[in-house]
Amino acid sequence: MCLAPAIIWFLVAQAIQKIGLSTDLTRSNVTLQWVIILTIFTPICIGFFIFGYYGLKGEYDQLPTSSKDVE
Amino acid sequence: MSFVTKPSKISLVIGASSVGTLIEWYDFYIFGMLATIISKQFFPSDAGTSALLSTLAIFAAGFIVRPFGALVFGRLGDIIGRKYTFLLTLVLMGGSTFAIGLVPGFATIGWAAPILVLILRLVQGLALGGEYGGAATYVAEHAPANRRGFWTSWIQTTATLGLFLALGVIIFIRSNQGVEAFSAEWGGWRYPFWMSIILVVVSILIRMKMSESPMFTKLKSEGKTSTNPLKESFGHKANFKMVLLALFGAVMGQGVIWYTGQFYAQSFIETVCKVEFVQSRNLMLWAILFATPFFVVFGYLSDRIGRKWIMMLGMLAGILTYRPIYQYFLDATNAKNRTEKIDLAHTISSEKIATVDVKDRTKILVVQKVDTAYLDGAIFSYTKTDTLHIAAEISDINASKIQYVQVNPLDGTQFDTVLLQLKSSAGLNLDTTRISDVVVLSKSAKPTILVEKTLDHATYWNLIWLVFVQILYVTMVYGPIAAFLVELFPTKIRYTSMSLPYHIGNGVFGGLVPFLGTLIVEFTKTTDNPAGDPLAGLWYPIGVASICLFIGVIYLTNKVDKEVMD
Repeated sequence: MCLAPAIIWFLVAQAIQKIGLSTDLTRSNVTLQWVIILTIFTPICIGFFIFGYYGLKGEYDQLPTSSKDVE
Repeated sequence: MSFVTKPSKISLVIGASSVGTLIEWYDFYIFGMLATIISKQFFPSDAGTSALLSTLAIFAAGFIVRPFGALVFGRLGDIIGRKYTFLLTLVLMGGSTFAIGLVPGFATIGWAAPILVLILRLVQGLALGGEYGGAATYVAEHAPANRRGFWTSWIQTTATLGLFLALGVIIFIRSNQGVEAFSAEWGGWRYPFWMSIILVVVSILIRMKMSESPMFTKLKSEGKTSTNPLKESFGHKANFKMVLLALFGAVMGQGVIWYTGQFYAQSFIETVCKVEFVQSRNLMLWAILFATPFFVVFGYLSDRIGRKWIMMLGMLAGILTYRPIYQYFLDATNAKNRTEKIDLAHTISSEKIATVDVKDRTKILVVQKVDTAYLDGAIFSYTKTDTLHIAAEISDINASKIQYVQVNPLDGTQFDTVLLQLKSSAGLNLDTTRISDVVVLSKSAKPTILVEKTLDHATYWNLIWLVFVQILYVTMVYGPIAAFLVELFPTKIRYTSMSLPYHIGNGVFGGLVPFLGTLIVEFTKTTDNPAGDPLAGLWYPIGVASICLFIGVIYLTNKVDKEVMD
């Protein structure tokens, strides 16, 4: 659960650093790369956070064994 | 009512599913295999590394949309059935692949070229997103419970065999055409894309004869199919939490192991180690050939001892051994570790070829390829480039040769006349009888560049075995996973529920391995260290696999679910 926001924070920090270090020639390319990376990994990290929340709540202590368990 | 299919019939089921899935993988992978050429054809000629990164990004885009294809076609498959959804995905994949082969290069249509290629790549990704979940579901729903891992593992071989087919076709065409003809705007690199339409037509004819999944047919006849499989898959917590577990506990790690062992290995050997094109691909072919049977071995084993620990062991092996393996790749292909043959007869130099610089026609670039042979049998090829600064542009544009008099810079005496073959940068045919005289004001030399390495026999086979080991990890994580995912979800939402985590794990996490790996290495480049750390890109798959291993060990069960007929 804590890893998800940590990953987002790390990616945003890297994006700011790398875009800041880029030259005028490469800035648009670098910005686009990081926009794509953040767009892809943000919803995944949200899912990861939810997964961690479920794990803490004990939702995975007993996995379902039939369809009735997931209805 | 029994859904177990007779063994003779299940072979037909697997064959029909596998052929189409294999072709779809082939279609998808030829793009990645030809990334270097595609970057030169569809992007500005002076774009360099950024063109390759953009091509890899387009390659990755096809992976990233796979989850959306999984949602769209998964929903269709759960509502209208597996068979017709299969046909649709195959038509879309074949059509878009064929169309990529028809897009003119950047030199002809400018920025429309990469935009068109991107759109077609996205269509490929959507189609593949719908294919795999259906194929695995289709086979699993025909298989007996205690053989599900074994039978579905045959589907698992299709991704690697599709890669094998893509490599084989490209090597065959490239070997018969030569580098220049293969790499030209309308050259041989397009043929693998055009071939796809023939393969797809054959596959469609086979799939038209397939019958619908018996479990789905039963559900449909009883009116129990899902009207909204998306809502049932992801709107209900009980099922949604299993989708998350499948992704973060299994498929995420499987995806990065898969793409590192096959794609990243091939890209690293070719672009970082600079192993010669045909040799690097032959190396991959051998490793794939030896390792492919192990998909079925581990699928079979998973029916006996459970699926979880085989997959976890594959991830652990990758985490622990990737860096040593790739360090060996670097060391084994390094000139510093070799003894050069000091023998002029074995230093082979090609003829010098001159080309007029298109931006400054008073500059002539003279390129010569020099091969250095080593005692162990390896040959490393270098490119030596000199720039001649001439007094005036070449007057005779049809001359095929130029000549100039070499002058001693110390006392101005003339001592030699140099004759050079001239190559037209515009691709024009030059008159072989005409020679143009030029006056050279000065000459500058660029550092010699290592272009490619032809490995000696021993090193070649060592690399094959190390790639084989990586693909062995792939067979461990990928062989059992189809059965694992099928057993996790009920029939009426199975196509939707298993497709999404599968394509996020493979499409997003796995598909981004080449792109993020290359990007991470770029980030390690500094003024003091312009080459960067070539192994830095491995931290991405190692990190993702480590998280997945941790989650999988704690939360996954090793129990094989006998009952999926609900």
